[in-house]
This record gives sequence, C-alpha cells and structure tokens, in this order.
Amino acid sequence: MEFFKNTNIDFLGKKWYFLVFSLVFSVAGLLSMAFWHGVKLGVDFRGGTLVEVKYAHTPDPSAIHSEIERAGLKNARVQAIGPSANNEVLIALDIQETSEQALDKGKNQIIQALESKATPGKQDLNNSSSLTVANYLLEKDPLHLGSGADANPRYTAMAQAIVDYRDKTKGGVLGSIDELKSVADPAAVASLQDNFYVSEFGILNVEIVGPQVGQQLRKQAILATLYSLGGMLIYLGLRFEWIYGVAAVLTVFHDTLITVGAFSLLNWEISLTVIAAILTLIGYSNNDTIVVFDRIRENIKLLRRDKLADIVNKSINQTLSRTILTAGLTFLTVLALFLFGGEVLHGFSFALVIGILIGTYSSIAIAAPILVAYQEWRGERGKKPVAMPLRSGNGPTQPKEKVKA
Amino acid sequence: MNKNLSWKLAVIFGFLLLCVAGIFGPPWAWSGRSPLALVTDHIHLGLDLRGGTHLILQVQVNDAVNVDSDNALARLKEDLRTHKINYADIAKPDPVNHPEMIVVKGVPPDQTSDFKNIIPAEYDASSGAENSWTVSMKAQGLADLKNRAVAQAIETIRNRIDQLGVSEPVIQEHGLGQYQILVQLPGVDDPARVKEIMQSTAMLEIKQSLGGPYSSEQAALQEHGGVLPPDAVLMSGKSIGSKRDTENGEAWYIISRASAVTGRDLRTAEPATDENSQPAVRFILTAEGGRKFYAFTSAHVGDYLAVVLDNKVQEVAVIKEAIHDTGVINGRFTEQETQDLSMTLRSGALPAGIKYLEERTVGPSLGADSIRSGVRAAMVGMLAVLIFMLIYYRWAGVNADIALILNLVILLGFMGYFGAVLTLPGIAGVILTVGMGVDSNVLIFERIREELRNGKTPPSAVEQGFGHAWITIVDTHVTTIVSAAILFLFGTGPVKGFATTLVFGLLANLFTAVFVSRMIFDWVLSRKQRGEALSI
Repeated sequence: MEFFKNTNIDFLGKKWYFLVFSLVFSVAGLLSMAFWHGVKLGVDFRGGTLVEVKYAHTPDPSAIHSEIERAGLKNARVQAIGPSANNEVLIALDIQETSEQALDKGKNQIIQALESKATPGKQDLNNSSSLTVANYLLEKDPLHLGSGADANPRYTAMAQAIVDYRDKTKGGVLGSIDELKSVADPAAVASLQDNFYVSEFGILNVEIVGPQVGQQLRKQAILATLYSLGGMLIYLGLRFEWIYGVAAVLTVFHDTLITVGAFSLLNWEISLTVIAAILTLIGYSNNDTIVVFDRIRENIKLLRRDKLADIVNKSINQTLSRTILTAGLTFLTVLALFLFGGEVLHGFSFALVIGILIGTYSSIAIAAPILVAYQEWRGERGKKPVAMPLRSGNGPTQPKEKVKA
Repeated sequence: MNKNLSWKLAVIFGFLLLCVAGIFGPPWAWSGRSPLALVTDHIHLGLDLRGGTHLILQVQVNDAVNVDSDNALARLKEDLRTHKINYADIAKPDPVNHPEMIVVKGVPPDQTSDFKNIIPAEYDASSGAENSWTVSMKAQGLADLKNRAVAQAIETIRNRIDQLGVSEPVIQEHGLGQYQILVQLPGVDDPARVKEIMQSTAMLEIKQSLGGPYSSEQAALQEHGGVLPPDAVLMSGKSIGSKRDTENGEAWYIISRASAVTGRDLRTAEPATDENSQPAVRFILTAEGGRKFYAFTSAHVGDYLAVVLDNKVQEVAVIKEAIHDTGVINGRFTEQETQDLSMTLRSGALPAGIKYLEERTVGPSLGADSIRSGVRAAMVGMLAVLIFMLIYYRWAGVNADIALILNLVILLGFMGYFGAVLTLPGIAGVILTVGMGVDSNVLIFERIREELRNGKTPPSAVEQGFGHAWITIVDTHVTTIVSAAILFLFGTGPVKGFATTLVFGLLANLFTAVFVSRMIFDWVLSRKQRGEALSI
C-alpha cells in the first residue's frame, strides 16, 4: 500500500500562498494575544488557588458560587469540568486571594463555605484523611480490642480500607456512611455514625501556587524555550550549514507562535504541561525539516547542474511520503491522547495536535522556501550559494557529513 | 541462520531479559506477587498518579544569618570591653535586608589596630566616615551559612516526616529557586497535618532577660526612656498565672539578642514534670553546649534567664547558680504538648523560618482516574499505530511492530533501573515515544521502497535504506532529545517525568528501529531465494 507515489508538486511555486496562510494564522494569534484574549496563563504561572471538587449529584455552579461569595471570597470562578456525569466543578481563586503569608487560607475558606450544610459537632467523612479516621477508631475502640498490640494495625488498616473504598470505588464521595458496611465491621460503622456525617462533596485536587513560584516558573518557561531554540540552532548549524539552522529555527518559531496563538484565540490556559508540549514540538517539528534538508543536501551532490529551487522541489516531493507518514503516525498517537487522555492532559495534547499539524506543514512550506530565498538573495549579490558543493574538488562549502553510499 | 545473525539475536535477547528484570525485578523475587505489584515496586508512580501532597517551601535563610551576627555582635561588644576599646555605638543597621552587617561607630583612630584584632575570623571590617566601621560576614562564609541553613532544614524536616511514617518521601533542595525545599509525600492527602508537624519550628533559644514582664510594648519602652538597649529586642510571652490563649494574658519582656545556648546545643529532650507536678519538658545539652551554658550561667548568677521558643518567651527564671547541662522548660503545657515539643526539639530545630510557596494535593481518586485515562489513550494510540503499520507495510509492518513493542519494553526497563518516576505526562511520553519511534521505521522503509523502485535488489535496497536513513534518524532524535533534556532540567514533578520517558524512549528507539529491525530484515532476506520480492 502506498499513498504518495511519484508526486511532482511545485511547492516552491506556491510559496506566496503559504506565506499568506502562515501570516493569517500568525497575525490572528498575535492580535488575539495583544488585543483580545491575551495569553491566558495557568495557575502554575500566574499563581492562585484551584480546588477541584466532586459532588455526589449534579452540582449547580451558580449556587456554589453564591455560597462561596457569602463566605467572603468575591472573585471566585466556579465552572463544571469534565463529562457532566462526573459531577465535578473547579473553583478558582486569583492570586490576590492567595495570600503569601497563609498560602492555604483561600482553600480553607472554600472548604468551609462548601461545608455550610454541615451537621454541627460532626466531622465530614468525605473530607477526612485515613489518619483522622484511624485516630477516631483507636480512641472509640468499637471492636473492644482494648489496648492490645493489634488494635493499632487493625484500626489503621480499617481506616485505610474505608478511605480506599471512598476514593477508589466511589470516586471520592460517599453517599452515606451505611455504604461502608461492605468494607468495615458493622460495629465500627455504627461508631463512625456518631462522630461523622457525609457531605455531598469530596475534594479531588488542590493546587495553590504563590506569586513567587509563579514568577519563577514564568521565567524558567521562557528561558527553557529560548535554550531549546538556541540548542536547535547550534546543532543544525553544526550538522548542516548555519543557514539550515536558521531556517529550521525560524520555522519552529513560526510553529510555536501559531500554537500559542491558537491557545490565545480559544482562550485556553497555558499550563506547565502545555509548555512541555511546546518544547517537545520544538524538537519534533524539526524532524520533518531535517528529513527534507538531508535530502536536499544529498541531491545537491547528485544533481549538480540543476537550479537550487528545482533540487528543493524534487527533494520535498521525494520525501513527501515519509514526511506525511511520520507526522501522521505521531498525529495518530497524539489524537488518541487528546480524545482519551482525560481532562488533565487536554491542554498538553491539544498543543501537540496543533503543533504537529503546523510543524509538518511548515517544514514543507516555510523551511525550504527560506533556504531558497536566502540563496537567491545571495546570488543577486553575486555571491556563491552556501551549501552548494563546488563544481569540482572538495571546497570549504562541501557538506560536512558524507552520506554513506 | 548464519553466525552473525545468531550473535545479534543473542545480544537482543540478553538485553530484553535485562529490561524485563528491570520492570518486574529478578525472577527469584517474584514469588507469589501480582505482576502489577511487581511493576509498581520498580517503576514508581508520581504523585499525580498515586495521590499525595507536594509542597515547596522557602527557607528564610536571613533568620540563620541574624542568629549568627547577633552572636558575633555580642562577642564583639564583650571584646571591645575587655580590650578597653572605646566606641560610641554598635548595632545592626538593617537586620531585614543586610542581616550580615554590624556597624561600630566612633572607634578612636589610635585604637584601629586593636579593633582590627578583635574582629571575628569569619567577618571582614571596612572603615567608613567618622571613625565608623562596617563589620560584615565574609561572602563565602555567608553563602556557606545560608546553604547550611537549607541543608539543616532539609535534615530537620526529614526527621519529622519520618515520624509520620510516610513511604518514599522526597525532601530535597528545589533547584529551580533559591533556598527552596521540595517536599513530596505520596499517599498523604492531609497537608494540614504535615504542615503542622513541619511548621512547629521549635527554635529553642535560651537568652538573658533584661527586663519584664511588662503589660504592653509601650510600658516596656517607657521603662527604658523610649529606647531599647541596642542589643535587645522586645518579645511577648505568657504572663505568669494567666490563662492560656487569652489576649490579655500576654506579657512583654526585653530579651538580649544573643543566645546563651540554642536548640542546636541540645542532646535530647523529654516530657517531664516540674517542681509543681505540672507537665514540662526536660532537656539535656551536648558537652559543648553544656560548657557554653556553664560559662554563661556562672557569669550571670542573679540575672534572669529566658527560655524562648519560636520567638515567644516561655518562661523567665532567675539564675540561682551555675548550671551545667540540664534544664526544664515550663510553659503551662498539656501533656500532649510536652510530647510534641520534646519530639520537635529532639528532631532538631529548623535553623530558620519557612514559608510555603506552593501546595498541591492530589486525591487518590483523581490519580486512579488519570491512570485509567492515560492507559486507555496509550492502548488506543499504540493499537492504531501497530495496525496501520501492518496494513501499510505488510510483513515489514510486522517487523516494525516487533521493534516498537521491544522499544516499549526497553523504555520501561530503563525506567525501572534508573528509579525514574512515571507521571501522567510520563504516560503521554510513552505514547509519544510510540508515535515518534515508529517514524524511524517509516524513514527506513520508505527509503528501502525508493531504492527498490530504482531497481535495486532487496538485499542492497535494505542495505542502502538503513545506511541513508541512519544519519537522518540520529539527527531527528538528537533534536528531540535536546528539547526533552532542557525540559528535564527546568521542569518539576509531572513534567520531569514526561521528559524522562521521552528521552529513554528515543534512546531505546535508536537500538530497536535500527539494530533490531535490521536484524529481522537480514533474517528474512537470508531465508529468501535470490530475486524473490520483499514484502514492504
């Protein structure tokens, strides 16, 4: 089976279309970053408090919001997340409500606000740790084990079983304490009834990032991106000629810009994992470019009489099949990640989906034309093209790497 | 099968067995355990998958510097007196921003050399206007002191966490910030309890009390004409006979900055009762601490001594006689409190205050969800790639699929051996490795097809295909690995896990896509008749 056989498309002839296409997307992204949505940073970078809560029944975000507002937190954002069957909401506080002195103050206020229907004098079993449960059981000793040596391990194991049942079987929220009869002794369950009640929610995940860490991470994300781009430039400059490195890095920069632009247009958050995806793309987008460049270098030696533009076109066509296939296969896995990888990885896999599409397009439509445009510009100024072997002998501009014949 | 092939096959199988042992451990340790338990023994799950608490703390290293310079200031003052050097004033001008700096004013020029002689070895003195001298800690010593404070804080926190019985805690310096500590506690979803244990800094200092108790700060100041003695601070404490935790039970003392002994001089501490049968904590000093304490108490018989815990005066007592190495802290504690305090004192005091910068808690149910969706995505992605390769390249697709599965086994084996942590983005890294790994096969196969189209025989097409594609594969791998390596250096937690799997996966891919796949081709070719076509 073969998708692309002997294609002969004049890619360089369409460079103006490509340029317009790229400009439209880059400029749209840039405009959105500058004037519309801006770059929405995730909690890692901007700091703040995120509390992910799971409810036993379908939650009402606006009711939750007013409960929290009553507790004195003015600018909380409450939104349902994930599939609606999951009954999950995300409560977010800005950095202003995340105090440097008492980092978890906002979180505690949220939990207190949600516990507004609490039974006085009782603890919430849905938000108790196994330690709390174990201590309670030890104290009450419902199984009358006395202070024997096995009391501690037995109650600890029982508490762990209760918490595991809640978290792993019931997804974090118990409907009632009676449900525990399947995993714990009835006497213990009866004793728990005395001191505990079950609220309608459980805390799944808490992220609190102080301003200092946010700033630190912002700086590091930018540095890491610059270092990667620099690394590419140096490596490709060494392996090919410097102009190949420049062309590849410009291309990758174009990919990064459009990917970040897509996040801005959709008003999605750039989180730490999205940066990880972008750094991966910086490395991966180069792969297709390298495949094309390798072939150009090989063809320059084989087809000495041809014009560079023709050689480049021929090289792109020759490698078109593998460019599309390799990108397509990686795209397949990334798509699986986007569709099945769950909420946590959504931004990450989305960046990869966009990035791989753009990266493949740009290695054909951006990288190679830059190379040709540069050589033509040099040619106009009467200089020899870089990376073209001399017509005879081993000149200094001979490609550095000999391909094994 | 020729000799060369069997040799290669042996290498591959040996390597494979090693990797399987990396994932599941050596076979003799398998007895009766489920494969899943064996895997998680060797490939550790990150906090995002197993649930747990992640904290980043800032060590306020200036606290430690202040302790050191306060003592230097006290020593200097003592030496100025014993060497009969005149001075107008000695003070720390800016304890918040420059805790390492002491300024001595009005040293007569003719006593300059005497003054220079008494400067502590770890300090430098430089002269300023009007006979004033700035005595600062040497840069190297200052840096050492700060780093030591962080190291000591890590040690102390580890001691305390150990008492909680958390398995596989991570407590280490957080390289991304300055003087920060990363604490990761798998399975702990109650950060409040952890912080309670860590936050009890229990910085014990025994100092001279210069005055008090006063009913308010103003009263204390009035007593001294509105200004404190230069080397003293105001500290609050509980007034004798008052109830605990009531506002009006507060009393103020004037306490000297320098400490006679600190928590670092402590050998042990245990719950005890005082002479009124109230719960108290008895401490015993180290030999060195005992000497210091004896020297101090024998010089100050009749003066008052304050036991200061976390900058709160716990009790003040008159020094009746020189004390060697034991003392009692008496602060109207409950029995539980004396136990907690003894424990924190024993585990060592934090050398400096800590501030929380980041707190993340992943509940176990979310972790379990993440594992489910991560594994599902990995399965779908992998199957899609495997099936595509089979359809598109037929028998050569089988070759690629074998190489791909080996790639995964080697990747997981590496992770087992290096004790790498598998996070949710790490699972994504595994999926990406599949997608990127198969690229190498595609590059090689496409090249082989091209060579076949150009009329080459199968053996020579395979030879050329691998030869040409090899350099390209190395180039593409290097660029991705460079990116991932930078990510590894900059990232934390989950992101680091992603970078790790990606790097290991691509390294393994160089072996499987080139060496293993080539061997399979050679084996297929060796069984074919001359001129028979290659299924690709």
